Amino acid sequence: MEALMTLLVGIFFAIAIYLFLSRHIIRILLGVTILGNAVNLLIFTSGRLTQEIPPILSGNAAAARQMVTANPLPQALILTAIVISFSFFAFLLVLAYRAYQELETDDIEEMRFAEPENQQLPPLGY
Amino acid sequence: MASSDKTNIDLSVAMITEAPPLADWLVIAPLLLCMVVGAVLLMIRKETRAQPIVAIPGLVALVIVDAALLLHVMANGPVTMTMGRWLPPFGISFTVDILGALLTLTAGIAALAGGIYGAGDVNDTGRRYGFYPFLFLMMAGVSGAFLTGDIFNLYVWFEVLLISSFGLLILGSERGQIDGATKYAFLNLVATTLFLIATGYLYGIMGTLNMADIARKAPNLTDKAPMMTVVSLYVLAFGMKAAAFPANFWLPASYHTPRVVVSALFAGLLTKVGVYALMRITLLLFPAERDTLAIVIAVVAAATMLLGAMGALAQTDFRRLLGFLVISGIGVMFAGIALASPGGVSGTMFYAVHSMIVMTALYLASGMAARASGGFSIAQPRGLYQSHLLLAAISLILFFAVSGLPPFSGFWPKVILVKASLDVGAWWLAGAILLTGFLTTIAVGRVWLHAYWRPDASDTPAEPVSLSPMRDYLPLILLTGLVVLVGLFPQRILELTQTGSEQLLNPLDYIRSVFPQGEVK
Amino acid sequence: MRTLIFRTVAPFLSSLMILFSVFVLLRGHNEPGGGFIGGLIAASAFAIYGIACGVSPVRRALYFHPMTLAGLGLLMSSAAGLLSIFAGVPFMTGLWVDVPLFGDTVALSTVLVFDIGVYFVVVGSITSMLLALEERSSD
Repeated sequence: MEALMTLLVGIFFAIAIYLFLSRHIIRILLGVTILGNAVNLLIFTSGRLTQEIPPILSGNAAAARQMVTANPLPQALILTAIVISFSFFAFLLVLAYRAYQELETDDIEEMRFAEPENQQLPPLGY
Repeated sequence: MASSDKTNIDLSVAMITEAPPLADWLVIAPLLLCMVVGAVLLMIRKETRAQPIVAIPGLVALVIVDAALLLHVMANGPVTMTMGRWLPPFGISFTVDILGALLTLTAGIAALAGGIYGAGDVNDTGRRYGFYPFLFLMMAGVSGAFLTGDIFNLYVWFEVLLISSFGLLILGSERGQIDGATKYAFLNLVATTLFLIATGYLYGIMGTLNMADIARKAPNLTDKAPMMTVVSLYVLAFGMKAAAFPANFWLPASYHTPRVVVSALFAGLLTKVGVYALMRITLLLFPAERDTLAIVIAVVAAATMLLGAMGALAQTDFRRLLGFLVISGIGVMFAGIALASPGGVSGTMFYAVHSMIVMTALYLASGMAARASGGFSIAQPRGLYQSHLLLAAISLILFFAVSGLPPFSGFWPKVILVKASLDVGAWWLAGAILLTGFLTTIAVGRVWLHAYWRPDASDTPAEPVSLSPMRDYLPLILLTGLVVLVGLFPQRILELTQTGSEQLLNPLDYIRSVFPQGEVK
Repeated sequence: MRTLIFRTVAPFLSSLMILFSVFVLLRGHNEPGGGFIGGLIAASAFAIYGIACGVSPVRRALYFHPMTLAGLGLLMSSAAGLLSIFAGVPFMTGLWVDVPLFGDTVALSTVLVFDIGVYFVVVGSITSMLLALEERSSD
């Protein structure tokens, strides 16, 4: 099971990196989403996969100790990572949209407002 | 359900039973203060007049709390507080040693200077947009990153400071800012994702993310091979955050675009968090893997510092020049991490403190110079020496400091680092540090000569602009005073960083603070 | 998007979703659910209302600016953790009080306060971001 998941994570990473290499921000944004999912799956696989019940204790505590439950920590980590990547993505979406409106391009190569191409040389002597 | 279970379970197996001493609350006090004041400021966002009135005392309180924390750590060694009564490694620990406390204090001082300067620099629109709330949330992220003792928690604080820094970056919504913010955001996203990937692998290998727990278990690990991957990923991720050489291009693309005070805070705080995290991971947790990677880090260090200084030589815009100087400083700090001798580490710590103060002050000075003379270009003579003598004098001090010339704060850490490099026979690293100092002197010397010293030769001399003594000069003098003070009396800081580097290189105290029973058998 | 059907349904749908979000928030006490997911549901309710009826009715309905709500939530969460200083236990320790209510006991805790804070942070920040996007796409 772990091997299969690892393969899936690898495919996700490959897609994400391919999209990241694009010149268009919208594709990079799609890459961000896939990258986030790839990392979450990776953490999930790192926590070992077991076909057990969810780690929610109910009923009396003595019986709960006998149960073999799934590892809750990777799930907590992933939840945090999902929250963060979600807010990140939301921000990047707004930013990309603003960039598209203000700069009138979503091509990285054409975004030269912060670093203009024909810069004046600094004074070359004292 | 809470009360019925307590009868048959021994709490001391899983929980901390004795009450933590009240002084230990200092560990999370900087964080709590930032979050609470930030939340209040967020709620009164529309009251633009009240914002600085709440924020500046808040920042003063932050500096006081940070100083108290540093004194507490100096007196008692590393201090730990574990959240929610769960015993570590199950509860998230905040562990503070001298490295963390010293950098938190310095960050607090830089933020205070920025907060005072921001009262004059950020207009009502910027305040309504949330300059001060974002500043406090960023400080919460920075302090949290310096204080936490858990790697995943470190990741969370990285994200907190990153998201608030986005807010600060696009405060004015100009075209250049959006352009710079886009590159900054995407590249930093890649860096934090690498950090998260490495953390996922680390959890898979170690089964724990508590730093002290990792530090005590790492030497007994049988399967060494995957650790090399993990540590390399960490070095890449933090190198990217710190803007080290092959991954530094987001910094000069974005740091000159926001408001001056925002640039100043970024230059002072953000990249140093990357350096701090690298120190923590490589020196405290994985010294064996670091030894293997030492030559890589050393080459990166030399390339970063030289490239930064050469980049600075090629710039016409004062702020872009400063951006390259930030990168150059990162290279100098990496040199100490590559050496990992007590001298090298203490030099890196010292340089981090110096760089936080000096880079913040330099950006603030550049903003004042631009306001006084009408632009950031250093190509035209502006006669600032005639019109604003005090500003010119302060700038000269800062230029000396950033070049590493005595008697200011940049001199001592460079001396220590050069000596530490020569001690291990890395003459080329020592040479790179010295050459960087030389190139930096040329770069900033040219700024001084052209923008400050030469009289304004244009036909229509600019109207002399007066700078406010409270909002403009006070923060600058505060920081410059520290630069001079540290330069003239380096002994205290030197002793502090030496103790700090011993704590980092011999993590027994750090581990004992989290696990009183000591190292794992 | 502003068809008659959607505009008629949206207020009911939104109020139902907000009710459901509060249910999910409180359910998170002992079962799956909680502040984050509840907050997301509430934020999507405001987003739907905004798509159907425009952004300014949403802002009027919220009364406070969404970021103010986020600030309130952050304050609540921090304060919930800080309360444990008075009980002599480390930061963020859950403290419980059993309150008799209508002949039954209700267990109130700082954990609940923390979760409600998270709810507000998520509602505030996500709603303000969504409203900003909707404002831009409509003009």
